[in-house]
Amino acid sequence: MPVSLTSSKVIFNALKQCDIRLLSALPETWLVHLIRMAEEDPEVTLVRLAKEEEGVGISAGAHFAGVKSAMLMQNHGFLASINGIVSFAHLYKIPLLMLISYRGTFGERDPWQTQGGNVTEALLRGMGIPYSFLDEIKTVERRIRHAQTLAESSLQPVTLLLTRNLMWEE
Amino acid sequence: MLRLDCLRAIYPELENCLVVTIMGATAAELHSLGHRPNFFYLQHAMGLASSTGLGLSLCLPDQKVVVFDGDGSLLMNLGSLSTMARYRPKNLVHVVFDNESLLSVGGFPTATSTGTDLEGIARAAGIPTVLTVRAVEDFRAAAKRALEGTQLTTIIAKVEARGPAGYVTDLSLVENRFQFRRYIQSLKRQ
Repeated sequence: MPVSLTSSKVIFNALKQCDIRLLSALPETWLVHLIRMAEEDPEVTLVRLAKEEEGVGISAGAHFAGVKSAMLMQNHGFLASINGIVSFAHLYKIPLLMLISYRGTFGERDPWQTQGGNVTEALLRGMGIPYSFLDEIKTVERRIRHAQTLAESSLQPVTLLLTRNLMWEE
Repeated sequence: MLRLDCLRAIYPELENCLVVTIMGATAAELHSLGHRPNFFYLQHAMGLASSTGLGLSLCLPDQKVVVFDGDGSLLMNLGSLSTMARYRPKNLVHVVFDNESLLSVGGFPTATSTGTDLEGIARAAGIPTVLTVRAVEDFRAAAKRALEGTQLTTIIAKVEARGPAGYVTDLSLVENRFQFRRYIQSLKRQ
């Protein structure tokens, strides 16, 4: 499977450098290495979800507890989380760092992923969620740090879209 | 059995717990008994009270966490039972007030009114201790036992579909959230 192990390692190390100690996740192809790394790291608590929206509540609980967290999900998982994001994270000013694999864009071969790609950025903009891209290794560490900083200072969800360019070696 | 009487029966035991409630009647009734800084009322995002309790209990393993859930909220996030069961934090007590109704939005019957068995679902999801209670004394005993014990417990409390006249309290949502977090951070400094 040509999911980039190198990029996954850089992302995971950057998250740890930001003191992120809890990751909630629902598996998707591009995230397999990241989830395995989280599972194998004794300093990180991995919470495997049944549905991505649960991650909003878990991250809020972690925030109240003083633990920094991040959510790993596919853009379709983001779609499934929207009420939680609006009715919890926005309503109660909860910082959320959301790492979202950006499926359904240029290069997508799976027909079932293509509709989500069409609406992801429009929804992020419509919801007023600041977002940026993780698209090349050399900017990953800095961009994750900046996203985390903004989430904590603004007390709101911030998104990084994981792109095919970074995650897929083909 | 009234939810308010259940809350009153367990209220003294909540002093040293972190408490998360669902929206509407449950939040308003607990608030009416006397707000404490360790109470967080999730006034929307139905279904996520249990997820919030799970996040708290995983991050603060030495702190008792109590979630006051409801049938309508839990039915919106049944997967939460499987996630809680997967990690089964020993310090989490999950109470579900089952009034078979979406009381706070007009009293429409939920699926528990037509036979859906939340105790059976929770047990089958893998929650290690699950029980149903129908009398206040039984509720008090079950909740105390769960708080003193070391096993993730879901208590289904069958209550009447009756609540307070209004649901809005004088505590702003954001004030509640900051106070709750500050309370937890003050525990860490002790």
